[in-house]
Amino acid sequence: MNSAKERLVNGIVKENPTFVLMLGMCPTLAVTTSAINGLGMGLTTMVVLALSNVFISLLRNIIPDKVRIPAFIVIIASFVTMVELLLQGFIPFLYDALGIYIPLIVVNCIILGRAEAYAYKNPVIPSLFDGIGMGLGFSVALTCIGAVRELLGAGEIFGIHVMPESFVPVSIFIMAPGAFFVLALLTAIQNKVKIAGERKGKDMSKIQSGCNSDCMNCADAGCAKRLIDEGKEKAGEGEKKNA
Amino acid sequence: MLKELLVILIASSLVNNVVLSQFLGLCPFLGVSKKTETATGMGVAVIFVITLASAVAGAIYQFILLPFDIAYLQTIVFILVIAALVQFVEMFLKKFIPGLYQSLGVYLPLITTNCAVLGVALTNVQKNYGILTGVVNGFATAVGFTISIIILAGIREKLKYNDIPESFQGMPIVLVTAGLMAIAFCGFSGLL
Repeated sequence: MNSAKERLVNGIVKENPTFVLMLGMCPTLAVTTSAINGLGMGLTTMVVLALSNVFISLLRNIIPDKVRIPAFIVIIASFVTMVELLLQGFIPFLYDALGIYIPLIVVNCIILGRAEAYAYKNPVIPSLFDGIGMGLGFSVALTCIGAVRELLGAGEIFGIHVMPESFVPVSIFIMAPGAFFVLALLTAIQNKVKIAGERKGKDMSKIQSGCNSDCMNCADAGCAKRLIDEGKEKAGEGEKKNA
Repeated sequence: MLKELLVILIASSLVNNVVLSQFLGLCPFLGVSKKTETATGMGVAVIFVITLASAVAGAIYQFILLPFDIAYLQTIVFILVIAALVQFVEMFLKKFIPGLYQSLGVYLPLITTNCAVLGVALTNVQKNYGILTGVVNGFATAVGFTISIIILAGIREKLKYNDIPESFQGMPIVLVTAGLMAIAFCGFSGLL
């Protein structure tokens, strides 16, 4: 039970996918126009993440190493399709609000990242809790960002009016540019924490400065490059055979 | 028909800019925009891949998924087709057009998991676009991406010489820039 608790804390605090690792930024920016949308997206992602983690962990001894990434993608895409159909059937308002960003969960780096980094190497129960923890961390982050944008942009939180009458909503915060500004502030705060920590001599290497390096940790170290490397290996073998 | 295509061309490239208003393809937008040259290369590669991918995905949807009544499999099919397509394009260019491969090759791997490619394929289906309309939409979306990434790269080259507060150095200032660009692009909504 300790390991389960540890995985949950790890996902929500220590390796929070949004605030610490800066993964999955496309949906983060696009759907956080209100707290409820952020929460919906976070929970949807959590369900997919937990299910795909369990499934991949169950199949970890069966999936051959060479085709693991395509196998992960098929598994993730299947769960995304199921969740999408369920949302369409039972929570139609959320389905309409999230729109195209539901199927795009497939390309969310968090899910493929956790499959590769954790579920493929660990037993089922810890993988399940890793998925739930990471998903909760993502939900918390999206809800916070959504709440801030909704508060500034419409004077509401979860649709309830909280600001005084005299408050004039800064509607740019619920429009596209506001998303960039909120994320800019977020990364600035992150930078500040990182710099302060480094001055005190702490190891801050876990905190990623977003896209500083190349590409949101995604194309560079993550999914895309590996897919391609494997492709090259395969192509190389083919060429050898031809020769 | 022609008028409809023209409207799509303007709407997808400027008004609903793929990065600045829909947040698709943010990774390469922020990651590969340090220099104008590389940004241009990335933009051209994206135009190439998205146009091709929307044609292929559209054809598969019309001729395979719809007739067999398995349209609900679209997400799975599209992501696999796109991943395979990018690899195939890379091999094809390497073998037959090495010149183009030299200039675009490095950007192709970055595009595989670019959500803009999958995003366009899904939007085409959602809006019931035919194959031709879908290809035009894909092309326009990619042109919009190229325009915004080149502008951002131009600004970032100048930003280097500015005095920026310590905690805003790096990504935060780029995001502020992108936000300001998004405000500017909001102005295009008057076009339609």
